[in-house]
Amino acid sequence: MKYTEDHEWLSLDGDIVTVGITEYAAQQLGDVVFVELPEVETQVAKGDEIVVIESVKAASDIVAPIEGEIVEVNEALVDNPALVNEDPTGEAWFFKIKIEDTAALDDFMDEDEYKDHIGE
Amino acid sequence: MADTAAAETLTELPLAGLHAGLGAKFVPFAGYAMPVQYAAGVMAEHLWTREKAGLFDVSHMGQVRLPKDALAALEGLIPADLLGLPEGRQRYGVFTNDAGGVLDDLMVAHRAGDVFVVVNAACKVQDLAHLRAHVAGVEEVTDRALLALQGPLAEAALAGLVPGVAAMRFMDVAVLEWDGCDLWISRSGYTGEDGFEISVPVERAEAFARALLADGRVAPIGLGARDSLRLEAGLPLYGQEMDQGISPVEAGQGWSIGKARRPGGARAGGFPGAGIILDQLERGAPRRRVGLRPEGRAPMRAGVTLHADADGPAIGHITSGGFGPSLGAPVALGLIDAGVPADATLYGDVRGKRLPAAQVPLPFVTPGYKR
Repeated sequence: MKYTEDHEWLSLDGDIVTVGITEYAAQQLGDVVFVELPEVETQVAKGDEIVVIESVKAASDIVAPIEGEIVEVNEALVDNPALVNEDPTGEAWFFKIKIEDTAALDDFMDEDEYKDHIGE
Repeated sequence: MADTAAAETLTELPLAGLHAGLGAKFVPFAGYAMPVQYAAGVMAEHLWTREKAGLFDVSHMGQVRLPKDALAALEGLIPADLLGLPEGRQRYGVFTNDAGGVLDDLMVAHRAGDVFVVVNAACKVQDLAHLRAHVAGVEEVTDRALLALQGPLAEAALAGLVPGVAAMRFMDVAVLEWDGCDLWISRSGYTGEDGFEISVPVERAEAFARALLADGRVAPIGLGARDSLRLEAGLPLYGQEMDQGISPVEAGQGWSIGKARRPGGARAGGFPGAGIILDQLERGAPRRRVGLRPEGRAPMRAGVTLHADADGPAIGHITSGGFGPSLGAPVALGLIDAGVPADATLYGDVRGKRLPAAQVPLPFVTPGYKR
Protein backbone atom coordinates (compact mmCIF):
# COMPACT_ATOMS: atom_id res chain seq x y z
CA MET A 1 0.00 0.00 0.00
CA LYS A 2 1.19 3.51 -0.89
CA TYR A 3 0.06 6.83 0.58
CA THR A 4 -0.31 10.43 -0.59
CA GLU A 5 0.12 13.68 1.32
CA ASP A 6 -3.65 14.15 0.83
CA HIS A 7 -4.25 11.06 3.01
CA GLU A 8 -5.24 8.71 0.22
CA TRP A 9 -4.13 5.09 0.08
CA LEU A 10 -3.26 3.43 -3.23
CA SER A 11 -3.21 -0.29 -3.86
CA LEU A 12 -1.77 -1.61 -7.13
CA ASP A 13 -3.01 -4.77 -8.88
CA GLY A 14 -1.54 -5.16 -12.38
CA ASP A 15 -2.10 -1.75 -13.99
CA ILE A 16 -5.16 -0.93 -11.83
CA VAL A 17 -4.78 1.31 -8.77
CA THR A 18 -7.53 1.21 -6.13
CA VAL A 19 -7.84 4.48 -4.17
CA GLY A 20 -9.39 5.22 -0.80
CA ILE A 21 -8.77 7.50 2.17
CA THR A 22 -6.83 6.59 5.27
CA GLU A 23 -8.16 5.90 8.74
CA TYR A 24 -6.59 9.20 9.81
CA ALA A 25 -8.43 11.12 7.06
CA ALA A 26 -11.74 9.46 7.88
CA GLN A 27 -11.34 10.44 11.52
CA GLN A 28 -10.50 14.03 10.60
CA LEU A 29 -13.55 14.28 8.35
CA GLY A 30 -15.97 12.94 10.92
CA ASP A 31 -19.27 11.31 9.99
CA VAL A 32 -19.48 11.12 6.20
CA VAL A 33 -23.01 11.74 4.91
CA PHE A 34 -22.59 12.18 1.17
CA VAL A 35 -20.27 10.90 -1.52
CA GLU A 36 -20.28 11.91 -5.18
CA LEU A 37 -18.17 9.75 -7.45
CA PRO A 38 -16.70 10.39 -10.92
CA GLU A 39 -18.09 8.76 -14.07
CA VAL A 40 -16.36 5.61 -15.20
CA GLU A 41 -14.24 5.92 -18.36
CA THR A 42 -13.25 9.47 -17.37
CA GLN A 43 -9.64 10.42 -18.10
CA VAL A 44 -8.20 12.17 -15.05
CA ALA A 45 -5.00 14.10 -14.46
CA LYS A 46 -3.10 14.09 -11.21
CA GLY A 47 -4.66 16.65 -8.86
CA ASP A 48 -8.11 16.71 -10.51
CA GLU A 49 -10.88 17.01 -7.90
CA ILE A 50 -12.92 13.95 -8.77
CA VAL A 51 -14.80 12.97 -5.60
CA VAL A 52 -16.93 15.18 -3.39
CA ILE A 53 -17.15 13.95 0.17
CA GLU A 54 -19.30 15.68 2.75
CA SER A 55 -19.31 15.14 6.48
CA VAL A 56 -21.99 16.44 8.84
CA LYS A 57 -20.07 19.68 9.06
CA ALA A 58 -18.25 20.35 5.77
CA ALA A 59 -17.57 19.43 2.16
CA SER A 60 -14.16 18.32 0.89
CA ASP A 61 -12.69 16.95 -2.32
CA ILE A 62 -10.64 13.92 -3.09
CA VAL A 63 -8.18 14.42 -5.90
CA ALA A 64 -6.91 11.96 -8.46
CA PRO A 65 -3.52 10.93 -7.05
CA ILE A 66 -2.22 9.85 -10.44
CA GLU A 67 -2.99 10.20 -14.16
CA GLY A 68 -5.16 7.55 -15.76
CA GLU A 69 -8.65 6.34 -16.63
CA ILE A 70 -11.37 5.71 -14.06
CA VAL A 71 -12.44 2.11 -14.67
CA GLU A 72 -14.65 1.46 -11.63
CA VAL A 73 -16.28 3.41 -8.80
CA ASN A 74 -17.67 2.15 -5.50
CA GLU A 75 -21.41 2.81 -5.81
CA ALA A 76 -21.96 1.30 -2.35
CA LEU A 77 -20.62 4.56 -0.87
CA VAL A 78 -23.38 6.59 -2.52
CA ASP A 79 -26.08 4.59 -0.72
CA ASN A 80 -24.12 4.15 2.50
CA PRO A 81 -21.62 7.00 3.00
CA ALA A 82 -21.05 5.90 6.61
CA LEU A 83 -18.99 3.02 5.21
CA VAL A 84 -16.15 5.56 4.84
CA ASN A 85 -15.99 5.85 8.63
CA GLU A 86 -16.57 2.16 9.28
CA ASP A 87 -14.00 0.63 6.95
CA PRO A 88 -11.96 3.33 5.17
CA THR A 89 -9.10 1.07 4.11
CA GLY A 90 -11.24 -1.89 3.09
CA GLU A 91 -14.82 -1.84 1.82
CA ALA A 92 -14.87 1.94 1.42
CA TRP A 93 -12.53 2.24 -1.55
CA PHE A 94 -13.59 5.12 -3.82
CA PHE A 95 -12.43 4.40 -7.35
CA LYS A 96 -10.07 2.36 -9.50
CA ILE A 97 -7.72 3.98 -12.00
CA LYS A 98 -6.04 2.24 -14.90
CA ILE A 99 -2.56 3.71 -15.21
CA GLU A 100 0.07 3.65 -17.96
CA ASP A 101 3.18 3.76 -15.88
CA THR A 102 3.18 1.64 -12.74
CA ALA A 103 6.61 3.02 -11.81
CA ALA A 104 4.84 6.32 -10.98
CA LEU A 105 3.70 4.68 -7.75
CA ASP A 106 7.26 4.68 -6.46
CA ASP A 107 6.95 8.43 -5.80
CA PHE A 108 4.38 7.89 -3.03
CA MET A 109 5.01 7.25 0.66
CA ASP A 110 5.14 3.79 2.12
CA GLU A 111 3.40 3.02 5.40
CA ASP A 112 6.30 4.07 7.63
CA GLU A 113 6.76 7.35 5.76
CA TYR A 114 3.02 8.05 5.97
CA LYS A 115 2.99 7.40 9.71
CA ASP A 116 5.81 9.94 10.05
CA HIS A 117 3.79 12.34 7.88
CA ILE A 118 0.79 12.26 10.23
CA GLY A 119 3.02 12.30 13.28
CA GLU A 120 2.26 8.82 14.60
CA MET B 1 -8.57 18.05 6.19
CA ALA B 2 -6.06 19.47 8.63
CA ASP B 3 -7.37 21.19 11.73
CA THR B 4 -7.74 24.91 11.26
CA ALA B 5 -4.71 26.58 12.77
CA ALA B 6 -5.61 29.40 15.10
CA ALA B 7 -3.78 32.48 13.89
CA GLU B 8 -5.41 34.84 16.33
CA THR B 9 -5.20 34.45 20.08
CA LEU B 10 -8.13 32.37 21.22
CA THR B 11 -9.76 32.63 24.61
CA GLU B 12 -10.03 29.32 26.41
CA LEU B 13 -13.29 28.31 28.06
CA PRO B 14 -13.11 27.91 31.84
CA LEU B 15 -13.75 24.19 31.32
CA ALA B 16 -11.14 23.72 28.54
CA GLY B 17 -9.25 21.15 30.62
CA LEU B 18 -12.38 19.09 31.20
CA HIS B 19 -13.20 19.13 27.48
CA ALA B 20 -9.67 18.10 26.50
CA GLY B 21 -9.84 15.24 28.98
CA LEU B 22 -13.09 14.09 27.37
CA GLY B 23 -11.39 13.91 23.96
CA ALA B 24 -12.68 17.18 22.53
CA LYS B 25 -11.48 18.57 19.22
CA PHE B 26 -11.31 22.35 19.38
CA VAL B 27 -12.09 24.91 16.66
CA PRO B 28 -11.91 28.71 16.71
CA PHE B 29 -15.36 30.29 17.02
CA ALA B 30 -16.07 33.95 17.85
CA GLY B 31 -12.58 34.29 19.35
CA TYR B 32 -12.91 31.20 21.57
CA ALA B 33 -11.37 27.75 21.34
CA MET B 34 -14.62 25.76 21.30
CA PRO B 35 -15.06 21.99 21.59
CA VAL B 36 -16.62 21.14 18.22
CA GLN B 37 -16.99 17.44 19.01
CA TYR B 38 -15.86 14.77 21.43
CA ALA B 39 -14.75 11.21 20.72
CA ALA B 40 -18.29 10.08 19.81
CA GLY B 41 -18.50 12.50 16.87
CA VAL B 42 -21.17 14.94 15.69
CA MET B 43 -23.69 12.33 14.51
CA ALA B 44 -23.67 10.26 17.71
CA GLU B 45 -23.72 13.39 19.89
CA HIS B 46 -26.69 14.78 17.99
CA LEU B 47 -28.69 11.55 18.33
CA TRP B 48 -27.73 11.20 22.00
CA THR B 49 -29.16 14.65 22.71
CA ARG B 50 -32.45 13.76 20.97
CA GLU B 51 -32.75 10.56 23.02
CA LYS B 52 -31.09 11.31 26.36
CA ALA B 53 -29.35 14.41 27.72
CA GLY B 54 -26.46 16.37 26.21
CA LEU B 55 -24.22 18.76 28.13
CA PHE B 56 -23.01 21.79 26.18
CA ASP B 57 -20.50 24.41 27.31
CA VAL B 58 -21.76 27.75 26.03
CA SER B 59 -19.61 29.92 28.29
CA HIS B 60 -18.51 31.90 25.23
CA MET B 61 -21.89 33.60 25.20
CA GLY B 62 -22.31 37.00 26.82
CA GLN B 63 -24.03 37.15 30.20
CA VAL B 64 -25.24 40.59 31.23
CA ARG B 65 -27.08 41.92 34.27
CA LEU B 66 -29.23 45.02 34.21
CA PRO B 67 -31.21 46.76 36.94
CA LYS B 68 -34.77 45.55 37.39
CA ASP B 69 -36.17 48.83 36.06
CA ALA B 70 -34.23 48.47 32.78
CA LEU B 71 -37.05 46.64 30.98
CA ALA B 72 -38.60 49.92 29.80
CA ALA B 73 -35.29 51.14 28.38
CA LEU B 74 -34.69 47.73 26.77
CA GLU B 75 -37.98 48.09 24.93
CA GLY B 76 -36.33 51.04 23.18
CA LEU B 77 -33.89 48.57 21.58
CA ILE B 78 -35.94 45.37 21.28
CA PRO B 79 -39.44 44.97 19.75
CA ALA B 80 -40.54 42.38 22.33
CA ASP B 81 -43.14 42.99 25.02
CA LEU B 82 -40.67 43.23 27.91
CA LEU B 83 -42.78 45.29 30.31
CA GLY B 84 -45.35 42.52 30.01
CA LEU B 85 -42.78 39.86 30.92
CA PRO B 86 -43.71 38.44 34.33
CA GLU B 87 -41.09 37.97 37.00
CA GLY B 88 -39.60 34.48 36.80
CA ARG B 89 -40.01 34.31 33.01
CA GLN B 90 -37.67 34.66 30.05
CA ARG B 91 -38.45 35.96 26.57
CA TYR B 92 -36.68 35.89 23.19
CA GLY B 93 -35.93 39.18 21.47
CA VAL B 94 -33.81 40.88 18.83
CA PHE B 95 -31.82 44.13 18.87
CA THR B 96 -32.93 45.95 15.72
CA ASN B 97 -31.21 48.71 13.73
CA ASP B 98 -32.63 51.78 11.97
CA ALA B 99 -32.75 49.91 8.65
CA GLY B 100 -35.02 47.25 10.15
CA GLY B 101 -32.18 44.72 10.34
CA VAL B 102 -31.01 42.75 13.35
CA LEU B 103 -27.91 43.53 15.44
CA ASP B 104 -28.20 40.34 17.52
CA ASP B 105 -30.76 38.06 19.08
CA LEU B 106 -30.93 37.45 22.79
CA MET B 107 -32.79 36.09 25.79
CA VAL B 108 -34.14 38.48 28.42
CA ALA B 109 -34.98 37.09 31.86
CA HIS B 110 -37.02 39.05 34.40
CA ARG B 111 -35.70 37.96 37.76
CA ALA B 112 -36.56 38.86 41.34
CA GLY B 113 -33.74 41.36 41.74
CA ASP B 114 -32.57 42.20 38.24
CA VAL B 115 -32.80 41.57 34.52
CA PHE B 116 -30.49 38.89 33.11
CA VAL B 117 -29.64 38.88 29.42
CA VAL B 118 -27.73 36.33 27.32
CA VAL B 119 -26.30 37.42 23.96
CA ASN B 120 -24.27 35.78 21.20
CA ALA B 121 -20.50 35.48 21.65
CA ALA B 122 -19.66 37.04 18.30
CA CYS B 123 -21.78 40.14 19.06
CA LYS B 124 -21.23 40.63 22.76
CA VAL B 125 -18.72 43.49 22.57
CA GLN B 126 -21.02 45.50 20.27
CA ASP B 127 -24.09 44.48 22.29
CA LEU B 128 -22.54 45.73 25.52
CA ALA B 129 -21.63 49.06 23.90
CA HIS B 130 -25.15 49.31 22.45
CA LEU B 131 -26.73 48.54 25.82
CA ARG B 132 -24.48 50.95 27.71
CA ALA B 133 -25.34 53.73 25.28
CA HIS B 134 -29.06 53.37 26.05
CA VAL B 135 -29.52 51.65 29.40
CA ALA B 136 -28.10 52.58 32.81
CA GLY B 137 -26.42 50.05 35.09
CA VAL B 138 -25.25 47.50 32.50
CA GLU B 139 -22.93 44.95 34.07
CA GLU B 140 -21.22 42.12 32.16
CA VAL B 141 -21.07 38.91 34.15
CA THR B 142 -17.55 37.51 33.71
CA ASP B 143 -17.28 35.21 36.72
CA ARG B 144 -19.82 32.62 35.63
CA ALA B 145 -19.71 29.77 33.12
CA LEU B 146 -22.80 28.91 31.08
CA LEU B 147 -23.81 25.31 30.48
CA ALA B 148 -26.80 23.84 28.68
CA LEU B 149 -28.32 20.45 29.44
CA GLN B 150 -30.63 19.42 26.61
CA GLY B 151 -32.72 16.41 25.79
CA PRO B 152 -35.75 14.41 26.97
CA LEU B 153 -33.82 13.13 30.03
CA ALA B 154 -32.40 16.56 30.96
CA GLU B 155 -35.00 17.15 33.64
CA ALA B 156 -34.43 13.78 35.30
CA ALA B 157 -30.65 14.23 35.22
CA LEU B 158 -30.63 17.80 36.52
CA ALA B 159 -33.33 17.14 39.12
CA GLY B 160 -30.98 14.58 40.65
CA LEU B 161 -28.74 17.49 41.64
CA VAL B 162 -31.26 20.33 41.79
CA PRO B 163 -34.74 18.95 42.58
CA GLY B 164 -36.40 22.35 42.08
CA VAL B 165 -35.99 22.27 38.31
CA ALA B 166 -38.78 19.70 37.92
CA ALA B 167 -41.34 22.40 38.74
CA MET B 168 -40.09 24.78 36.03
CA ARG B 169 -41.89 25.19 32.70
CA PHE B 170 -40.47 26.18 29.31
CA MET B 171 -38.95 29.70 29.56
CA ASP B 172 -39.19 29.86 33.36
CA VAL B 173 -36.13 31.21 35.16
CA ALA B 174 -35.07 30.53 38.73
CA VAL B 175 -32.11 30.80 41.06
CA LEU B 176 -31.64 27.41 42.71
CA GLU B 177 -28.94 26.16 45.04
CA TRP B 178 -26.55 23.33 44.33
CA ASP B 179 -23.88 22.38 46.86
CA GLY B 180 -23.84 25.80 48.44
CA CYS B 181 -23.71 27.89 45.27
CA ASP B 182 -26.42 29.71 43.32
CA LEU B 183 -27.26 28.38 39.88
CA TRP B 184 -29.10 30.74 37.52
CA ILE B 185 -31.33 28.37 35.60
CA SER B 186 -33.72 28.82 32.70
CA ARG B 187 -35.79 26.06 31.11
CA SER B 188 -34.78 26.78 27.55
CA GLY B 189 -32.18 25.90 24.95
CA TYR B 190 -31.15 25.77 21.34
CA THR B 191 -31.81 22.20 20.27
CA GLY B 192 -35.58 21.86 19.97
CA GLU B 193 -35.53 19.59 23.01
CA ASP B 194 -36.64 20.16 26.56
CA GLY B 195 -33.73 21.32 28.66
CA PHE B 196 -32.04 23.92 30.77
CA GLU B 197 -29.42 26.62 30.53
CA ILE B 198 -27.44 27.00 33.71
CA SER B 199 -25.16 29.85 34.73
CA VAL B 200 -22.73 28.63 37.39
CA PRO B 201 -19.86 30.40 39.19
CA VAL B 202 -16.63 29.70 37.28
CA GLU B 203 -14.88 28.22 40.31
CA ARG B 204 -17.67 25.62 40.74
CA ALA B 205 -18.34 24.98 37.04
CA GLU B 206 -16.09 21.96 36.64
CA ALA B 207 -17.42 20.23 39.75
CA PHE B 208 -20.97 20.88 38.57
CA ALA B 209 -20.26 19.64 35.04
CA ARG B 210 -18.58 16.51 36.42
CA ALA B 211 -21.55 15.88 38.69
CA LEU B 212 -23.83 15.98 35.64
CA LEU B 213 -21.49 13.83 33.53
CA ALA B 214 -21.37 11.22 36.32
CA ASP B 215 -25.00 10.47 35.37
CA GLY B 216 -24.98 7.80 32.68
CA ARG B 217 -27.77 9.61 30.83
CA VAL B 218 -25.57 12.69 30.26
CA ALA B 219 -22.85 12.98 27.60
CA PRO B 220 -20.77 16.00 26.53
CA ILE B 221 -21.88 17.50 23.22
CA GLY B 222 -19.85 19.83 20.99
CA LEU B 223 -20.56 22.85 18.84
CA GLY B 224 -21.00 20.68 15.73
CA ALA B 225 -24.05 18.89 17.08
CA ARG B 226 -25.33 22.12 18.61
CA ASP B 227 -25.53 23.48 15.07
CA SER B 228 -27.20 20.41 13.53
CA LEU B 229 -29.67 20.23 16.43
CA ARG B 230 -30.71 23.86 16.13
CA LEU B 231 -30.93 23.53 12.35
CA GLU B 232 -33.36 20.60 12.61
CA ALA B 233 -35.30 22.58 15.21
CA GLY B 234 -35.60 25.43 12.68
CA LEU B 235 -33.94 27.86 15.08
CA PRO B 236 -32.15 30.80 13.46
CA LEU B 237 -28.46 31.48 14.02
CA TYR B 238 -27.42 35.12 14.12
CA GLY B 239 -25.07 35.85 11.22
CA GLN B 240 -26.78 33.17 9.09
CA GLU B 241 -30.58 33.55 9.15
CA MET B 242 -30.43 37.08 10.54
CA ASP B 243 -28.03 39.96 10.20
CA GLN B 244 -27.97 43.73 9.89
CA GLY B 245 -29.52 43.47 6.42
CA ILE B 246 -32.24 40.91 7.23
CA SER B 247 -35.30 41.97 9.19
CA PRO B 248 -36.80 39.86 11.98
CA VAL B 249 -39.96 39.49 9.86
CA GLU B 250 -37.97 38.14 6.92
CA ALA B 251 -36.10 35.80 9.27
CA GLY B 252 -39.37 34.33 10.52
CA GLN B 253 -38.97 35.90 13.96
CA GLY B 254 -41.89 38.31 13.65
CA TRP B 255 -43.63 36.30 16.38
CA SER B 256 -41.19 37.81 18.88
CA ILE B 257 -42.70 41.26 18.29
CA GLY B 258 -45.24 41.52 21.09
CA LYS B 259 -48.85 42.62 20.53
CA ALA B 260 -48.19 45.67 22.72
CA ARG B 261 -45.42 46.76 20.33
CA ARG B 262 -47.51 46.41 17.15
CA PRO B 263 -49.82 48.98 15.57
CA GLY B 264 -52.73 49.57 17.92
CA GLY B 265 -50.77 48.15 20.86
CA ALA B 266 -50.21 49.99 24.15
CA ARG B 267 -46.56 50.70 23.32
CA ALA B 268 -46.55 50.38 19.54
CA GLY B 269 -43.19 50.98 17.85
CA GLY B 270 -40.51 52.83 19.77
CA PHE B 271 -37.61 50.58 18.68
CA PRO B 272 -35.02 51.13 15.92
CA GLY B 273 -36.43 50.43 12.46
CA ALA B 274 -39.99 50.25 13.81
CA GLY B 275 -41.47 51.95 10.73
CA ILE B 276 -40.00 49.36 8.36
CA ILE B 277 -40.53 46.32 10.56
CA LEU B 278 -44.13 47.07 11.52
CA ASP B 279 -44.93 47.83 7.89
CA GLN B 280 -43.53 44.40 6.96
CA LEU B 281 -45.68 42.74 9.62
CA GLU B 282 -48.80 44.40 8.17
CA ARG B 283 -48.13 44.21 4.48
CA GLY B 284 -45.50 41.51 4.11
CA ALA B 285 -41.73 41.56 3.81
CA PRO B 286 -39.81 41.38 0.52
CA ARG B 287 -38.24 38.06 1.48
CA ARG B 288 -39.17 35.13 3.66
CA ARG B 289 -37.39 32.32 5.44
CA VAL B 290 -38.13 28.80 4.28
CA GLY B 291 -37.36 25.28 5.44
CA LEU B 292 -36.05 23.03 2.68
CA ARG B 293 -35.68 19.28 2.29
CA PRO B 294 -33.29 18.66 -0.62
CA GLU B 295 -34.04 15.52 -2.63
CA GLY B 296 -31.29 12.91 -2.54
CA ARG B 297 -28.40 12.96 -0.12
CA ALA B 298 -26.36 16.02 -1.18
CA PRO B 299 -26.41 18.69 1.55
CA MET B 300 -27.11 22.27 0.46
CA ARG B 301 -24.82 24.47 2.51
CA ALA B 302 -24.95 28.19 3.33
CA GLY B 303 -24.44 30.33 0.25
CA VAL B 304 -25.96 27.90 -2.28
CA THR B 305 -28.18 29.95 -4.60
CA LEU B 306 -31.85 29.02 -4.93
CA HIS B 307 -33.84 29.10 -8.16
CA ALA B 308 -37.52 28.74 -9.00
CA ASP B 309 -36.75 26.38 -11.88
CA ALA B 310 -33.90 24.38 -13.30
CA ASP B 311 -32.50 27.23 -15.40
CA GLY B 312 -33.90 30.51 -14.02
CA PRO B 313 -32.20 33.33 -12.08
CA ALA B 314 -31.60 33.18 -8.33
CA ILE B 315 -34.62 33.91 -6.12
CA GLY B 316 -32.70 33.49 -2.86
CA HIS B 317 -30.03 31.46 -1.13
CA ILE B 318 -29.41 28.92 1.60
CA THR B 319 -28.59 30.57 4.93
CA SER B 320 -27.80 27.35 6.86
CA GLY B 321 -27.75 23.81 5.60
CA GLY B 322 -26.32 20.43 6.20
CA PHE B 323 -27.23 16.92 7.16
CA GLY B 324 -29.96 16.34 9.74
CA PRO B 325 -28.91 13.24 11.70
CA SER B 326 -32.39 12.72 13.20
CA LEU B 327 -33.96 12.83 9.74
CA GLY B 328 -31.15 10.92 8.06
CA ALA B 329 -31.32 13.43 5.24
CA PRO B 330 -30.13 16.89 4.28
CA VAL B 331 -32.03 19.91 5.62
CA ALA B 332 -31.61 23.61 5.00
CA LEU B 333 -32.93 27.06 5.81
CA GLY B 334 -33.17 29.60 3.03
CA LEU B 335 -34.10 33.22 2.44
CA ILE B 336 -36.15 33.69 -0.73
CA ASP B 337 -38.22 36.30 -2.55
CA ALA B 338 -41.64 36.50 -0.90
CA GLY B 339 -43.38 36.17 -4.27
CA VAL B 340 -42.30 32.56 -4.77
CA PRO B 341 -45.32 30.24 -4.19
CA ALA B 342 -45.12 28.29 -0.93
CA ASP B 343 -45.65 24.96 -2.69
CA ALA B 344 -43.06 25.50 -5.43
CA THR B 345 -40.12 23.12 -5.64
CA LEU B 346 -36.90 25.13 -5.46
CA TYR B 347 -33.58 24.28 -7.04
CA GLY B 348 -30.26 24.73 -5.26
CA ASP B 349 -27.11 25.26 -7.31
CA VAL B 350 -24.73 22.67 -5.84
CA ARG B 351 -21.36 22.61 -7.60
CA GLY B 352 -22.99 23.74 -10.84
CA LYS B 353 -25.91 21.30 -10.72
CA ARG B 354 -29.47 22.44 -10.02
CA LEU B 355 -30.80 20.01 -7.43
CA PRO B 356 -34.48 20.06 -6.34
CA ALA B 357 -35.54 20.86 -2.77
CA ALA B 358 -39.07 20.89 -1.37
CA GLN B 359 -40.32 23.72 0.82
CA VAL B 360 -41.52 22.24 4.11
CA PRO B 361 -42.98 23.65 7.33
CA LEU B 362 -40.56 24.38 10.19
CA PRO B 363 -39.37 22.93 12.47
CA PHE B 364 -38.08 19.77 10.78
CA VAL B 365 -38.40 17.85 14.05
CA THR B 366 -41.17 18.05 16.67
CA PRO B 367 -40.02 20.15 19.63
CA GLY B 368 -39.94 18.57 23.08
CA TYR B 369 -40.50 21.77 25.08
CA LYS B 370 -42.29 21.29 28.41
CA ARG B 371 -44.82 24.11 28.31
